[in-house]
Formats: sequence, C-alpha cells, structure tokens
Amino acid sequence: MLPIFVIIPLGCAFLIPIASKWRKGSAQILANLAGGLLLLFSIKSIFWLKTGIKLYYLGGWKPPFGIAMALDGMTVLMLIVVNLIGCLALVYSIDYIKRYTSPALYYTLFSLLLAGLNGVVVSADLFNLFVFLEITSIASYALVAFGTEAEELEASFKYLVLGSVASILILLAIGMLLGSVSTLNMADISRSLAASSSSSKDIILYCTALFIMGFGLKTALVPFHAWLPDAHPAAPAPMSAMLSGVVIKTIGVYALCRVVFNILGFTQMISSIFIWLGIISMLVGVLLAIGQWDFKRLLAYHSISQIGYVIFGIGLGTPLGIMGGLFHLFNHSLFKSLLFLNAGSVEYSTGTRQLEKLGGLSKQMPVTSATSLIASLSIAGIPPFCGFWSKLVIIIAAFQANNIAGGVVCVLVGIITLASFLKIQKYVFIRKVEEAMAGVKEAPLYMLFSMAVLAVLCVAAGLLFLPFMDTIIKPASDALLEGLNYAGLILGT
Amino acid sequence: MSIYILCLILFAVGLYCLLVKRNLIKKIVGLGIMEYAVNLFFILLGYRHNGQAPILDKEQAIVNMVDPLPQALILTSIVIGLGVMALMVAITVRLYEKYRTFDIGEIRRLKG
Amino acid sequence: MSLIVKRITKITVSLIFLYGVYIVLHGHITPGGGFAGGVIIALSFIHLVLAFGKEAALKRLNETAVSAIESLGGLLFWGIALLGLLGGVFFLNILPKGRIFHLFSSGTIVLCNIAIFLKVGAGLFAIFIALAAMRMPAEKKEGKK
Repeated sequence: MLPIFVIIPLGCAFLIPIASKWRKGSAQILANLAGGLLLLFSIKSIFWLKTGIKLYYLGGWKPPFGIAMALDGMTVLMLIVVNLIGCLALVYSIDYIKRYTSPALYYTLFSLLLAGLNGVVVSADLFNLFVFLEITSIASYALVAFGTEAEELEASFKYLVLGSVASILILLAIGMLLGSVSTLNMADISRSLAASSSSSKDIILYCTALFIMGFGLKTALVPFHAWLPDAHPAAPAPMSAMLSGVVIKTIGVYALCRVVFNILGFTQMISSIFIWLGIISMLVGVLLAIGQWDFKRLLAYHSISQIGYVIFGIGLGTPLGIMGGLFHLFNHSLFKSLLFLNAGSVEYSTGTRQLEKLGGLSKQMPVTSATSLIASLSIAGIPPFCGFWSKLVIIIAAFQANNIAGGVVCVLVGIITLASFLKIQKYVFIRKVEEAMAGVKEAPLYMLFSMAVLAVLCVAAGLLFLPFMDTIIKPASDALLEGLNYAGLILGT
Repeated sequence: MSIYILCLILFAVGLYCLLVKRNLIKKIVGLGIMEYAVNLFFILLGYRHNGQAPILDKEQAIVNMVDPLPQALILTSIVIGLGVMALMVAITVRLYEKYRTFDIGEIRRLKG
Repeated sequence: MSLIVKRITKITVSLIFLYGVYIVLHGHITPGGGFAGGVIIALSFIHLVLAFGKEAALKRLNETAVSAIESLGGLLFWGIALLGLLGGVFFLNILPKGRIFHLFSSGTIVLCNIAIFLKVGAGLFAIFIALAAMRMPAEKKEGKK
C-alpha cells in the first residue's frame, strides 16, 4: 500500500479550499488529521520492511513500461524524518498561524509540500522523482514568500531563480540518460548502464556532473549555498523548520544518494568530490556563522555546516561512514527543527530576532529555554545527547579511512559550533536585560507541545542510540551499499 | 549531433540573459528561454529517421513513428514551467510595489 | 476597447469555448486532451476580460465559483485514481474499454481529461484575474473608481 503516502496529503490539499469556505476552522483539522495519519503509516512501514523490499506498480503496468514505487531501508528512514517533522510542524502552526491572515492557503501549500516530499521518497522511477521534486519546490517557494513583506519577497525571488536553475540542470541530466538507455525506471537504467559498452560510459561522467550540480544546489552545498541564508529566516517558523530540517535533506541528500549510489555507481572520483564538498561546506558554514546577529540567519548558516558533515560522512564510502552520515541526517532534522521552532516562539512572544535586543528570557519562557538548551548541546556534540554519537561515528570513520585532515576539520568545526551556540544561549536566555523584555510571556500551548516532543526525542535518540541504529539506520546504509545490486532486487532477478 | 549543439547554444543564450541583465523581467525571460531549450533537447531525442507523427488513424496504417514518450514527459515539464513562471511574475509585481524598482542592484536589503 | 473589437468578441467567445470543449472530449482520439483544452477555455474567458474589462467576465463567473471549480477538478481526478483501487491497483483503468476510435472508448481517460480541463481552465483564469488585480501604484492614484 505504498501510494497511501501520496494519496492522503494530496486529497487533503484538494479538499481544504472547499472545506474552508464551508466552515471556518476546518482547514486546521483536516491538515492535522492528514499529518497524524501519515506519521502512523510511516511508523508502520518499519514493520513492512521486515519481510523484504516492497514494490507497487501503478495502474497494474509492470516495469519497465509503468511507474513503480519501492520501499527499502533508505526510504523508511526518510519517511520517518519527513512525516515526524511534518506532523509536529503542523501542530506548531495551529497557534503560530494566527499572526498571518489566510490559514486555508497556508495549510493547502503545506499539504502539497508534504505530498511532494513523500512522493520523492517513495518513487522508484526517475521522472516521477523529478515531478514530485518540482511540486515540493513550488510549494516551498510560495511558502517562503508567505508573509509578503519586502524582505521575504526578495528572499523568495532569489530562492526561486536558483531553484529553477537546479531543476533545469536535473532535467537536462535526465534527458541525457533517456537518450542513451531509453528507459526511465531506476533499476532498468542501472542495469542498462552496466551492460553497455565502454564507449558509451562517457555519458555517466556528464550525468554525474549535472546531477551533482543540480542536487547540490537543492542541498545548499558550498559553491551553491547563496540562497539558503536569505530564504530560511524569511519563512514562517514552522516552514523554516520544515525547510532546514526536511526539504534540503529529501530533495538534496536523499535524491543525490539514490542517483549516485544505485544508478550511476559509486566510484573513487565521486567519493573524493563528496569529501571535498563536505569539508568546504563545514568550514565555510561555521566561519560565516560567527559574525551573524540575527537568530534565524545564524541557524541557517549552521545548517550549511551540518549538511557538510552528512555529505562528508556519506562520501567516505565505508559502512561506518555511511551509517554515521545517515544518523547525523536524522539527528540534524531533530535538533535543527527544534532550534527553528524555538526561534519562532521567541519571535512570537517578543517580536524581534536580533540577538542584541533579546535577553534574560530563561525566567519568563522556561519551556522554550530548556528545549533550546537541549538542542544547543545536541548540535554542539555534548554527550549524552544525540549529536555527540553521530559526530563521533563520523570522526572515527574518517580516521579509519585514512582521512586525517577530514577528521581534524570535523573536530575543529565542532568546537566552533559549540562557541557559536554558547553565544546564542548567553544573548537570548541567560544575560539580564531589565526593561525591554518586561511583559514577555511563554508561548501558547500547541507550540510548547511540539517543542517538548522534539526535545524528548533528542534525548531518547541519544540514550537509545544503539538499538535505534540497528533497526533504522543499518537497513538504510545497507540499501545504499547494495549499489548496483538494487536493480536485481527491484526487478526480481 | 549538430541539432543538440544548437539546443545547448540556446541554453547558453538564456543563461547569459539570466546572469548579465539587471532588470527582473529580463531575468524571468532568460529563465524561460533556458527551460524551453531543455524541453527542445528532450523532444529532439525522440526523432527517428523517416518517422511520422505518433497518432493512430483509422484509414492510414503508420509503420514508422517518432518516439512518443519524450513528448508526454515534456507536456508535464511545460505545465511545471508555466506554474513556476506564474509564481515568479506574481512575486515580481509585489516586489515592485514594495521596492518601487525593477533593478536587481537596488533590491539588496538582505546582506551578509 | 473599440466598437469593432467588442462586436467581434461577442461572436468569437462562444466559438472558442466550443472548440475547447471539442479538444477535451476527443483527447483520446486526436492530439490535445485535458491541458490543451483547458488552456483554450481559459483563453475564451481572458478574451472577455481583454475586450470588456474584468467586471464583465467576473459577472459570468465570480471568484468563489472559479475557486470551487478548480478544487472540484482536483478532487475528481483524485477520486478517479482512487476508484482504480476498487479494481485492485491504484490508478487502474476500470471502465469498459469499448472499440478503438470511438468517442466512448478507453475507459477512465475521458473522465480524467474532463477533470484536468476543469482544474487547468479555472486555474489559468484565476491566475490572470489575480495578476490583473495588482495595479501598479502609479496607476492606482488616477484609476480609482
């Protein structure tokens, strides 16, 4: 029953415009219902996977003629990430959206975003992945510009232009692959590419370059990161949490890994490209974050650096490295979403995001400051929170693969991250500012609920990391390490 | 082979327009040219020698058809391009209301 | 707009609408289908807007009706795809297929074309109305009615 992940949010997105004209508050109820159902199904998919890879042929047409959907370990990991953060961001929006004027439009766009993200993750056909990637991108461009202030429109325009260029490059690469193997099913493409003669293997080089450029732009790796520090602060806070915690991972890291590992084949050249891009992203992200005084812009720069960790871990190519990279992907979605929700809650109560104007909120907003402390310790890599274990696995994998420089850079970037988050804690929560923050109250109930659940999950993923890695992360890294055998598993021979 | 090179030259023209021109509307036109160049590249992939339009007809038996699969894919891609273009134009009109200029050099409040 | 344009518009709008409906209904026999037919039907309404102004077109089809038709088109397509589940697989073609080259053949493709035409036509008309409603600030001062 794989299409259920696309049916539920699409139906919700089409029902909300009619339902909200008929009765006022129905948009919230429909959207939250959809989010909850999706979360239940994605937890159930862990148990579906125990009996082997699941396939679903749309319309009854067998591949390579029809569109197929596949569920393997990597898909289960991404389904959990997408639907968990999506459900919690929807609960958070119940109170946050009161600052904006049209909730029905917001929930429609958010449901379309969820439909696109789930579709990208479940699809086993390359053009189907492209169509759902475009649905996700268009919904996110519209949601970044949702407040229609001057700065939000400017940020959305930059994001739009760069995102469209990325989509055009991805379409060009798909076109080159179609021209050389005449099929679009991912398993069939990898089988045809492996069986073709060595002169037509040049096409793999061109397609690799175009895919790394296109998906790298969506992931905000370093030469392509220019849209992220403008777009992530400008969006409303639950949308920032979704963007930074889910979207750049699904349409960036997941799609890149699926294409590079399972279709094109993971060679030494691609491994060194990933390692270099990862190291440069880590350094540039954290060094540019030191001089920022806007809360959300600082968090956006740290997103660039943490995604550098993930790409570096996956680029190492060893089983331990890939497991570390994927575990850090999961952890980053937890604590970065929590940090963006905290920033949104601070902005909701005080009306500002500038670090110089905030101060002393730890007494007046106790839940927000406690969850922010947990998230900051996680991202900086302090035991026993979740970030420590994933960074440790990546550093050990780097030293094991004889990449001493990469390991040293990881440790260094971790220390600078810790310094940067101590700055946030001091300026926003700990220092005493008497008169400006006088009447500030705690955030409303639904916002606190989302933040508390994410904080509990951060602590739980840190304490229970071994069983967690065995049940969820290990099948995901096995699915990537299968490499070109993916074709055999899907086509059944 | 030369047809594909012409497609990529069209792509380069669109890219030049996107990078060099300062007016927002001209940048949108450049992006449109790039999208249509890639669509053209896709459709040209489906050409077969002495092929005819891939439409079944009652009277005429067609033996040699061009490939209809890229044509169906490009229909989807054109619709997606239409959606993105409409969103871009709407955002540009609102940007003009806020900043009172179309020049990209003036729209620079987010820095650093 | 001048008198000639207005008189010709009164004649051609219905012809354009009829042509669009023809392209939608014959989508499985001749080239065209849902998207092309939807664009042509939206063009007939935009033709009205260009000749007579926004209010004339909105009198025939006001904004809530446009939004409702658009959502209805989407829901119809979603429902047809779910109906395939009755046959066992999502999106299966479950209606009888008929004989080739006839109007009532090829199962659910005709219904899908109609759903797509509703959504695309209403959607394009709504985009045009929304963009036409955004007047440039200089015009706002002199164009106030």
